[in-house]
Amino acid sequence: MKPVATRDGFGEELVRLGKVNDKIVMVSADLEDATRAEYFKKEFPGRFFSVGIAEQDMVGTAAGLALQGFTVFINSFAVFMTNRAYDMLRMDVCYNNTNVKVICTHAGLTVGEDGASAQSLEDLALMRVLPNMRVICPVDTVEAAKATKAISEQFGPFYLRLSRNAVPVLTDEKTPFEIGKGIVMREGKDVTLIGSGLMVSESLEAAEILAKQGIQAKVINMHTIKPIDKDLIIKSAKETGAIVTSEEHQMAGGLGSAVAEVVVQNYPVPMEMVAVHDSFGETGSPDELLAKYGLRAVNIADTAKKAVLRKLK
Amino acid sequence: MQNCCDINALKQKALLVRQEILELTNMAGSGHPGGSLSAVEILVALYDCQLRHDPKNPRWPGRDMVIISKGHVSPVVYSVLANAGYFSKDEYKKYRKLGGILQGHVTTKTPGVEFNTGSLGHGLAVANGLAIGAKLLKKDQKMYCLMGDGEIQEGSVWEAAMSAAQFKLDNVCAIVDYNKVQENGMVNDIMNLEPLKAKWESFGWVVAEIDGNKIEEVLKAYQDFGKINAGKPYVIIANTIKGKGVSFMELKSAWHGKAPNNEQLAAALKELS
Repeated sequence: MKPVATRDGFGEELVRLGKVNDKIVMVSADLEDATRAEYFKKEFPGRFFSVGIAEQDMVGTAAGLALQGFTVFINSFAVFMTNRAYDMLRMDVCYNNTNVKVICTHAGLTVGEDGASAQSLEDLALMRVLPNMRVICPVDTVEAAKATKAISEQFGPFYLRLSRNAVPVLTDEKTPFEIGKGIVMREGKDVTLIGSGLMVSESLEAAEILAKQGIQAKVINMHTIKPIDKDLIIKSAKETGAIVTSEEHQMAGGLGSAVAEVVVQNYPVPMEMVAVHDSFGETGSPDELLAKYGLRAVNIADTAKKAVLRKLK
Repeated sequence: MQNCCDINALKQKALLVRQEILELTNMAGSGHPGGSLSAVEILVALYDCQLRHDPKNPRWPGRDMVIISKGHVSPVVYSVLANAGYFSKDEYKKYRKLGGILQGHVTTKTPGVEFNTGSLGHGLAVANGLAIGAKLLKKDQKMYCLMGDGEIQEGSVWEAAMSAAQFKLDNVCAIVDYNKVQENGMVNDIMNLEPLKAKWESFGWVVAEIDGNKIEEVLKAYQDFGKINAGKPYVIIANTIKGKGVSFMELKSAWHGKAPNNEQLAAALKELS
């Protein structure tokens, strides 16, 4: 199967869900074409509301609709939703614990050519610290569809982080998906590579590189960043003795931080993080940017060797 | 669930609520008396004469809903709700205290409160969402949203103002408590709202401009809601006096967020007796 953007899995699944659940409604802020929410808009125009380019209004309106018993999906680019409307997400969605599903696309560096203003590298940190918010970053379009269904069936706030760019399809219909349960994509005994989204395929590639050098890496698709799969992290720390996280996000506050919180409090082992180092992105092709900011398989492999060396000291 | 609307009874109720605002903030040692005192008639008339609600069944699905967007004016809200029968006045002693149902800013821990607020500029969008939802469900519910005048300096209010007109939310009634004073001075010196009526009209709203401390005018404004605004949202610009009823608090920004001490309480209650 050729690579597909995770936004497509979301857009198609929401139409399927909309057909069986007439309580699903959508509020949008004029990016529904780009987020694939427009599939829902075309199918259910009476359940779709655009407030124009007004993210704060989108979130507040969604909260009101949720109080009326609707399951409300909102959508935008990750930068605009999580930054512009943060107070509304905190107050109207999380503090009031309303049944609002926050769908954000164009996350990470791979937005590419628009540059730093459009590249969300902070959203996981921002969303993760909000009480009641749960955070999911699907690995591929198939998992994005499963995640869309799963969050529609559980009450309360969720943040779904999706890509604009096509990413490899690593799972199929039969792969289990449970919120809060990481998926072991490859077994290994020397180090555990934990990634989310695009970085899972980079981690798998890194495991191949490492295998050629005699290092057996376990790879985990940590699609749920909150609540994080504590049991799997502790088990992997015990079994492999070293952990490397990777994410298309700032090092501060994202997946690596979430994993580190579990590791240091339960079973400290050498741990390294592959992420963006406290900087904004810039214009470039997705591939160029991933290379420049050190988010490729080769970077993960090099970092894993560092972690393994620390283990031996 | 509408009560009879005897003007004198409402005036007595307003007096009682003013006394309780002062007692509540005095007991707590903190809180926001100024913007509570200005909004007394707005909320007394709303809960006693206008709202379809059932204090014994706060979650009655057919109820009209009120979003207190200026969530810091909890003293007036709690007094009005307790007097309507939503909860016992025994709760007053735990106002602003750990473990109480009467939090500093209003929350749904308090029976009768629909939404947690306290950050300004949120309520109108939420009221719009409720109103859109009511229309989708074909429910005859009306949504009320109380905002401060300083609050509407927040840009999000005007996003929601555009939406309410766009979606033809004639089941939304916004109320601006135009008490002219905000935390650091006079509203129209700090950031001018005028021409306020024209602003709301230009955003597509039907506007009622009244003396918001005159119970008769407040009642009339509510009675017109739903009658004169077919296809359009309705806003009441309630010209009020911050700190209304207590001479040393009136129009003083210092009393925005400060509780009266025992002496000040005694002096204030004397004026209100």
